[in-house]
Amino acid sequence: MTAADRAPEPLAERQVALVDLLDRLLSGGVVLTGDVVLSIADIDLVRISLRALIVSVSERNPAPWGPEPGP
Amino acid sequence: MDDRVSYAYAVLRTDGVPDGTLGALTGVARAPVRLVTSGPLAAAVSPVPAADFDEDALRRHLEDLDWLEAVARAHHTVIEALSAHTTVLPLRLATVYLDDERVRQVLRDDGAAFTEVLERLTGHLEWGVKIYVDAPAAAAEPPVPAEGLSPGRAYLRARSAQRHTRDEAYRAAEEAAVRVDTIGRELAAAHARHRAQQGRLAAGAGENVLNDAFLVAHGQAEAFRSRALAAGEGLPGVRVDVTGPWAPYSFAALPGATRSGADAADPADAADAAP
Repeated sequence: MTAADRAPEPLAERQVALVDLLDRLLSGGVVLTGDVVLSIADIDLVRISLRALIVSVSERNPAPWGPEPGP
Repeated sequence: MDDRVSYAYAVLRTDGVPDGTLGALTGVARAPVRLVTSGPLAAAVSPVPAADFDEDALRRHLEDLDWLEAVARAHHTVIEALSAHTTVLPLRLATVYLDDERVRQVLRDDGAAFTEVLERLTGHLEWGVKIYVDAPAAAAEPPVPAEGLSPGRAYLRARSAQRHTRDEAYRAAEEAAVRVDTIGRELAAAHARHRAQQGRLAAGAGENVLNDAFLVAHGQAEAFRSRALAAGEGLPGVRVDVTGPWAPYSFAALPGATRSGADAADPADAADAAP
């Protein structure tokens, strides 16, 4: 099942899934030191605040066969 | 305007976006997007209310999913519009400067690094590949009554069968991951791993067990997409989802950039470029 099968899209242009977007916007992108002291990259804030919503951003969560096999 | 600060979306080449291309493009807070230039490099910026982006406000806003979604989608809209014309180097969400002059200064200071990454990304886009295990949920089916078995033993036997199916689905997912890895090595220029998606936002059937991003040259994109989509063929209980093309969000780290902690950002292996 693809996202397109789940529900008719209200918009002509299919929206990307928010979770896929946040994966990229909260952990990807160039990290620059902005003028606002709080930089999303520098803080645990997002990981704490959105824990319930996006565990993937908030916790160490490797795939079962992650690149670093456990001891 | 003292009550406005400059929200920066992306860095790109000044000649990549012809005059007038931005048109009526609006970004966060529906403000018009403009280019701040410094020689060959430009940054796409728009004014945002300072009060929404100071430390306290940002801290509050980031707990508000509606706010986060609005900003994330606006950010993405700008990146997509620019991507239609040229290679863009997306910036992390909520990169904010006091004014455009500060943005220009950053373009000057980090110009060499921006140029290097833009060159590396030219002609490439990002594709996402996710693998899901659609294993039966525990206790989804009532234990099959088996002759001669006590209810307890019947239950255990049913659970055992269920576990067996689950184990097989995970093994199949592992096989799919190997296939995806092979496809990436053959067709992608770089690979990054995101954490598997969990939580309420990770809607959809099944458990996400792999959430990878690949940097793929335009000429390989169709082959990559079709082969990745087929990576789950013949593997029961496994679903492969391909997203993209995306601007190269997961591959935009500057050379020598230090990560703020081991698990601060997952595309830590963005440098794990395939040969």
